[in-house]
Amino acid sequence: MFRMTIAAALLATAAPALAETHVVTPGDGAQERLQEALIMAQPGDEIVLEAGRYAMSDGLSLDVEDVTVRGAGMDGTVLDFTGQQGAGEGLLVTSDNVTLRDFALENPKGDGVKSKGADNIVYHRIRVTWTRGPHPENGAYGIYPVESTGILVDGVKVTGASDAGIYVGQSDRITVRNSIAEANVAGIEIENSRNALVAHNVATRNTGGILVFDLPSLPVMGGGNVIIENNLVVANDTPNFAPPGNIVAGVRRGTGIMVMANEKVLIENNILSGNPTAPVMVIAYVQPYEDARYNPLPREVVVGTNSYDGGGYDPQLDGAEMLLAAFGGELPPVLWDGLGSLAAVEGTAGWSLNLAEAGKGLGAAQPGPLVVTAPASAFDRSGIGAPAALEARLGG
Amino acid sequence: MRPATALLAAASLALAGSVAARADFLQPVAAVEAVNDDAVVQGMPRLLSQFGFFTDGAGQAPAARVTPYRLNTPLYSDGAEKLRFVYVPEGKRMEANGDGLIDFPVGTALIKTFAFGEGSERRLIETRVLLHRESGWVALPYVWNAEQTDAALAIAGARMSVVTPAGEAISYRVPNKNQCKECHGLDDAVIPIGPKARNLSGEWLAANLDEVPAGADRLVVWEKRSASGVAAVARAYLDVNCAHCHRPGATASNSGLDLRWEQDDPHALGVMKRPVAAGRGAGGLLFDVVPGDPDQSILLHRMLSNDPGVAMPEVGKSSIDREGTEAVRRWIEEMPK
Repeated sequence: MFRMTIAAALLATAAPALAETHVVTPGDGAQERLQEALIMAQPGDEIVLEAGRYAMSDGLSLDVEDVTVRGAGMDGTVLDFTGQQGAGEGLLVTSDNVTLRDFALENPKGDGVKSKGADNIVYHRIRVTWTRGPHPENGAYGIYPVESTGILVDGVKVTGASDAGIYVGQSDRITVRNSIAEANVAGIEIENSRNALVAHNVATRNTGGILVFDLPSLPVMGGGNVIIENNLVVANDTPNFAPPGNIVAGVRRGTGIMVMANEKVLIENNILSGNPTAPVMVIAYVQPYEDARYNPLPREVVVGTNSYDGGGYDPQLDGAEMLLAAFGGELPPVLWDGLGSLAAVEGTAGWSLNLAEAGKGLGAAQPGPLVVTAPASAFDRSGIGAPAALEARLGG
Repeated sequence: MRPATALLAAASLALAGSVAARADFLQPVAAVEAVNDDAVVQGMPRLLSQFGFFTDGAGQAPAARVTPYRLNTPLYSDGAEKLRFVYVPEGKRMEANGDGLIDFPVGTALIKTFAFGEGSERRLIETRVLLHRESGWVALPYVWNAEQTDAALAIAGARMSVVTPAGEAISYRVPNKNQCKECHGLDDAVIPIGPKARNLSGEWLAANLDEVPAGADRLVVWEKRSASGVAAVARAYLDVNCAHCHRPGATASNSGLDLRWEQDDPHALGVMKRPVAAGRGAGGLLFDVVPGDPDQSILLHRMLSNDPGVAMPEVGKSSIDREGTEAVRRWIEEMPK
C-alpha cells in the first residue's frame, strides 16, 4: 500500500495542476512541522506560514525545486531564531526556482537566508533583523545568495548584519531593488558577480552603503557589468562593528558607494548624503594575493550624474586633518586611488590618491584633484539584471 | 487528501514517535532473516525494521549479506559509537573504480547506527541509512524508541539529551533529511562519503570487492595515530571531517578552501588564506592557517567553538572533538613559518 502511495505521488508531481498548499501554524513543534513541510513539498507546491511568531531551535532547509514559501507579511510571520542551537544559517535553500516571500527571520546565529547553487530565486518582502542592533556577534549576512544564476531581491529589509545585509556572491544575472539595508557593516554587497542591477534601494546607517568587490582565490572571479542607480545612500555613519579579519572590517565608516577591483560598473542617479568618509570610492584591491587569474584594478568604472549632498567631511583616513585642510574643510565626493580606469561626467568633483601601483599601501599617495575623462559612450546595459521571468512571481 | 499530503501526515506521526517515543504504535516487529530489497529501492519505510537489516535490532546483529565495516579515521559525532554496515543485494557486488572509490550497485544500503554508553548501558540513538536507488542515493534518518525495539523515520530530525563519553551533557542533534545532503551532496547529487578505499582496510576490501582499489588503506587508523606523522594524522582528520563540504562542487565550495587528502596546494588548504564569507566565525583572526601559530588560525578557532554561526562543522556535532583539534593544533604548530 505504501509503495502505491509513492507511485501516485510521483504521478502527481508530473501534473502541476495538482500543486498543493501546505499550511504551517506557529506553536508547539513548529520547528519539526515547518521542516517537514519543506522536505515533503513537491515541485509547484506552496508552503504558507500563518501569522505569528515561530520559535526555532535549528536551521531550516529547502531542497525541492519550484516551491514558494509564503508568510503573512514581513511583520506578520516571524521565524525567531533567538534560541537556535545548530546550523550555520536560519534558512538554507539549495534548489532552483524557489520563491521566498512575506516573512521575517530574527536573530539567526549565523546567516539569515542563504541560497547556494539555487538558480532563479526570488526574495520578496523578506525581513532579517538582529534585534539588538549593530553588534560584532550578530550573524554575517542577512540575505545571502551565492553561486547562483538568476537572483531577484525585491522589497527586503535587513538590519544589524555584522558583515553585509544583502550579500550576493559568485553569481550572475542579479537584481537587488526596492530594499532597505540599515545598520549593517555593509548595506548591500555584490561580490565576484556579474550582470548585477542595484536600484531603488535605501542604504542607511551602515558603515558602508553599497559595495561592489572582486576578491582573489575564489572559485568564481571576474566581477563586472554592474549598475548602481537610483539609490538613496544616506547617513552611512555607523562605526565598523565587523569582527576583524573580514574584508568588510576594512571598510571606513562613512563610505557611500565603493567599487573595488571590478570592470564596467556604472554609478548613476543616486542620492548620496551624509557619508562622511567618501560618498563614492573607486579603488584597487589593497591586500597581497597569489592568484594569476586575478585582476586587482577597477576598470572602466563610470561615475554618471549623482546628487551629492556634501562630501567627505569627517573622513576615516590617514592624514585626514591635512587632507581636509588641503581641500578646504571637506573632501570632494568622489575618491579614486588612481589605479585602473575611471570616467566621470563633466563637473564631477573628486580627488585622487594618484597611486602608481596596487597593493603597496598609501605611502606613495600624492593626493590631488580628480582628473578623468568623460564617459566615451553610453553604458552597455545588455544582459544586466535578473531574468525577466522572475518578475512574474511577484504578483499576488 | 493528495498522496503527498498522506505522506506528510505519516511522517508527522513518525516524528511524534521519534520525539516522544510513544510505545503504543511503535510495536516491535518479528525479526526477519533477509533484507527487504523493495524497501531499499523505493518508498520511505516508516520503521527501520521494515528494511530487515538486523536480525536483532537492539543487539545490532546483521542479517544475511549485511556486512560490518569500520573506517580507519572516523567522522567525529560527539563521541558516539558508530556501527557501520553495508548491504549488497544477492547477485551483485561492490567494485573498485579508478579513482580509489568504490562503486556500489543499485540496491546497496549503507547503514550507520549511533550509540552512547558502554555494555548494558548502551543506548542506540539513531540509525542513518543511505539507499542506492535507480534515481540516485537517498538518505533517511531513523530515531530509536525508548524501548530500543525499533527506530522510526524522523524526516525533520530531532534533538535529545545525551551525555558524551567525555562526560559532557549535550543536546544531540539528529540531522533532518536535507541536512544529510549538506554533507553528502556533491555536484547536486547525494553520494556516500565514508567508505572510500583510502579509509578502509586492505583486508576488508580484499574480502568484499572484486579487487583492492588503488590508494587503499592510506589514512591512519585513528587509535594508532601516535605511530604516524603529525601531518598525516591531521590531513586524514581534515579529509574525513571537513572535506566533504570544503571541496569543489560541495556545500562549502564558495569558501575556496579545499581540505581533501589529495590537495597539496598550501593556499587551498588554508595556509595564509584569508576568509571569504566567514563573518564573525573568523573570530577576529586574519588567516585560515598561520604556520606555527594555531591560536591565530581560523580553522582551529572554528573547530574549538560550540557557537552556531562559528562552529565547524556546521552540522553533525554539538561538542568539541578534543582529539581531532589536538591533531590539527600539532599540525599547524609544526608547520615551518
